[in-house]
Amino acid sequence: MTCLIDFTLDRKSGTATYAQLIQQVEHALRLGLLMPGDQLPTAKQVVGRLAINPNTVLRAYRELESRGLVEAMPGLGTFVRRSLVAPHDPELEAALGAWVATARAAGLGDDDMRSLLEFALSPGQRETA
Amino acid sequence: MTALEATGLGKRYRDTWALREVFLSVPRGRVVALVGPNGAGKTTLMRLAVGLHRPTTGHLRVFGAEPYGEALAQVAYVAQDKPLYDEFTVNEMLNVGRHLNPRFDLAGARDRLADLNIPGRARVHQLSGGQRAQLAITLAVAKRVDLIVLDEPLASLDPLARHEVMRGLMMAVAETGLTVLLSSHVVAELDEVCDHLVLLSRGRVQVAGDIEDILRAHRMLTGPAGMMPGGAYEVIGEDRTERQTSLFARLREPIPDPRWTAHELSLTDVVLGYMRSPMSTHFPPPVLAERDDVA
Repeated sequence: MTCLIDFTLDRKSGTATYAQLIQQVEHALRLGLLMPGDQLPTAKQVVGRLAINPNTVLRAYRELESRGLVEAMPGLGTFVRRSLVAPHDPELEAALGAWVATARAAGLGDDDMRSLLEFALSPGQRETA
Repeated sequence: MTALEATGLGKRYRDTWALREVFLSVPRGRVVALVGPNGAGKTTLMRLAVGLHRPTTGHLRVFGAEPYGEALAQVAYVAQDKPLYDEFTVNEMLNVGRHLNPRFDLAGARDRLADLNIPGRARVHQLSGGQRAQLAITLAVAKRVDLIVLDEPLASLDPLARHEVMRGLMMAVAETGLTVLLSSHVVAELDEVCDHLVLLSRGRVQVAGDIEDILRAHRMLTGPAGMMPGGAYEVIGEDRTERQTSLFARLREPIPDPRWTAHELSLTDVVLGYMRSPMSTHFPPPVLAERDDVA
């Protein structure tokens, strides 16, 4: 059986392996690469690719299950329950596009804009927003 | 049920204690990294677990039973020199396994070797180091045991072979839920494979517990020279420069002082940190309580 998604590991990132697996599933859910009803790779398939402890995979899947994103069906596998594809909002996208154009005109580079966005999303800023 | 339970375990060879006052409790299904300097007692502990030695003091129970007689059907041991018959073919080795072990999973072993591209007709002496390790592990898995004990399975293998050996071993864990106890010098490569750590030092357990809990409890704190942060923590090691203090510490709560930064640590960092401070110990709470008098 082939897998719908493949996991990769950044062994130097400092992010725990199970957290990397969770991030990659959520990313695929956001991009629509995984949709409700799709099966996640089995622990054995992931282990066969990455040579990691199968408990790490099961732990990531349990966490995804507790977030309501996937569901484990005993004996069958783990399946996607909910998509994370953001609803398409043309107005919001246009506003962001305009902001990027203004920022670029003001001389900001991509990294400057990323820093600004990250700052705006940081916990301290979120509380005041 | 615990896979491995040591209570007051000790082993003396003539005048020398190879292991002393060892208390351990390893849950079933864990992949245990057994690490420590040469002569720390790793091989002695493994040989006790598979019934090749008897304890001088205390007890070691494997799935609730002392590892002798019938209980040995539950364990497999792959020694460092991977004892295989050089002149036998791979298929003949499988036959040996089948005749020596009533529950031997011949079909499963053949599938595994096919997966690993190890030809049945090859003679053992024609195999690479990695393939020999794979064959030895395949024979151990095919015994359908609950515990596999591997002494330095990665020693003398190149990086690709190490990855393949670990991949094969982890697939066996995924299929069967078996417990693995493996010793290694290469701590960096155990990070993603093992979920439980036992660090031995001079015959005693220095650190034991689930790796995730151990990593969560330890931080490298960096801050200005000439001061210490407030808060509840224990310093295991420290390093000072003219401008900066670095503390390898076990935290009981986050450090409130904003002048200090707490860096997360890898398994290698923690193991090296403790190896540099042989008098510091770290156990999960129940074992700590038992050892309060000697810690």
